[in-house]
Amino acid sequence: MSHKKPEMLKAFRIFIILYALGTSSILAAKAQEHKIAGAEPASEKFNASKLIMEHIADSYEWHIAKFGDTHVSLPLPVILYSSHTGFHFFISNKFHHGTESYSGFRIAGEESKYKGKVVEVAADGTEMRPYDFSITKNVMSLFFSIFFLFLIFFSIAKRYKEGFDRAPKGIQSWLEPIVIFVRDDVVKASIGEEKYRKYLPYLLTVFFFILINNVMGLIPILPGGANLTGNIAVTMILALFTFAIISFSGSKDYYMHIVNAPGIPWWLKLPIPLMPIVEIMGVFTKPFVLMVRLFANITAGHIIALGFYSLIFIFGEKSVYAGLGVSIVSILFTIFMGLLELLVAFIQAYVFTLLSALYIGMALEQHHEHAGESH
Amino acid sequence: MGLVMPDFGLLFWMVLSFSLLMWLLGKFAWKPILTALSAREDSIEKALKSAELAKNEMVKLQAGNEKLLKEAIMERERIVKEARELKDSIVRDAKNVAVTEANKVMEEAKSAIARERTEAVNEMKSVISSFSIDIAEKILKEHLSDSKKQKDLVANYLENIKLN
Repeated sequence: MSHKKPEMLKAFRIFIILYALGTSSILAAKAQEHKIAGAEPASEKFNASKLIMEHIADSYEWHIAKFGDTHVSLPLPVILYSSHTGFHFFISNKFHHGTESYSGFRIAGEESKYKGKVVEVAADGTEMRPYDFSITKNVMSLFFSIFFLFLIFFSIAKRYKEGFDRAPKGIQSWLEPIVIFVRDDVVKASIGEEKYRKYLPYLLTVFFFILINNVMGLIPILPGGANLTGNIAVTMILALFTFAIISFSGSKDYYMHIVNAPGIPWWLKLPIPLMPIVEIMGVFTKPFVLMVRLFANITAGHIIALGFYSLIFIFGEKSVYAGLGVSIVSILFTIFMGLLELLVAFIQAYVFTLLSALYIGMALEQHHEHAGESH
Repeated sequence: MGLVMPDFGLLFWMVLSFSLLMWLLGKFAWKPILTALSAREDSIEKALKSAELAKNEMVKLQAGNEKLLKEAIMERERIVKEARELKDSIVRDAKNVAVTEANKVMEEAKSAIARERTEAVNEMKSVISSFSIDIAEKILKEHLSDSKKQKDLVANYLENIKLN
């Protein structure tokens, strides 16, 4: 058991470092609170839900850190199309972190229904959403992840092009088992030996896209930290891709099954088309469930991890010592959640790919005989 | 709630960039990777199969060798046995030949001796007869006058000259 000792020591060191980081941030928060206590104490009260929502929502700038009152953030391009004034292109620092308006546009405030989004302010003061093509934090993160995917897989592909008989090396030997796992145990197992090849590129892309974005979401600083796979728009597009593939590659049997499910008593179909309605609903719930599962899992993970961090500051507001005390528990829980989220990152990528493959496999299925088949 | 309302901009960029990602990865990454992987698997399978084949061949060869060896041993034993038998028969034949030869020589010798003896006897007979003629001559010369004496003498001589 002697070889276990250095690992334990290492884990303990990491814990101490994280603990020191945590406590120093409490002290900083406390100091900040003292500094502006006189000015506006009510608004500067720590608001956990606001912090969490800001973290998981999209933003027009990439916030990195805050020192005292100075925000360090990466301003991002804003691209708008207004039906009145046409195209607008500018950098988001024109808004000064949402405090100022620029050429008729501003970031909507707390009370607005477009909270946090760029709105066009009409002459009478009403707010309108222009067509917003802005490279927001999530879009930027999307670009980063795609860039990394290209970087990783093109370099690997180059190695493979050098000859199949070369032993895997570096990141290739780490990713090859995953590629083989997705190919053999997810795609081939769900779609079948003859037809899986056609769907393999899409499913591999989806798997690694979700995986890299899940993991990047766990990294707190640039280029990570965006909640991309926990954004409903992203999961919606992924689910729609799967839906489109299912719909286009569905066999005759698949569509016949929807209209006239075999093995079901006729009175469930004929006067009132009960089964067809259920089946048609099923066609749309499949991608809907894919969309919601990924979105909810990743967002929930971010909320919980941030919640544990917020506990430190909530207690720190009562007393510094309470904050220090809670921080031990909080950081332990956050480390645990971080590891759990790492697991979830893999599991959700796997589940999305597996279910997409299963749905495609089901749509491709051709029933030659229905005898002895149970639904 | 803003959280579950998809943003138009993000939808737009997502469709665009994900399609691009899928297309480019499919063309420049998945294709070579998957081709290489299946080629490698094929070659491994082929190598395993040929190894299995070689093993079987080896076993067969070994069995053949053993059979050959056994046959060789049997052949050797057979040859040795044959040689021994041949040797025995040669020796036996030689003995037989020698015995018959000796017998023949003995027979010839015996007959030669017999022949010699008869010849000798015949010769002796002729010699004796010539002697007797000589004796008769001498007696005739000495005792020709006395006829009685002559007769006695002749009778006496003839009696004495008996074939021994």
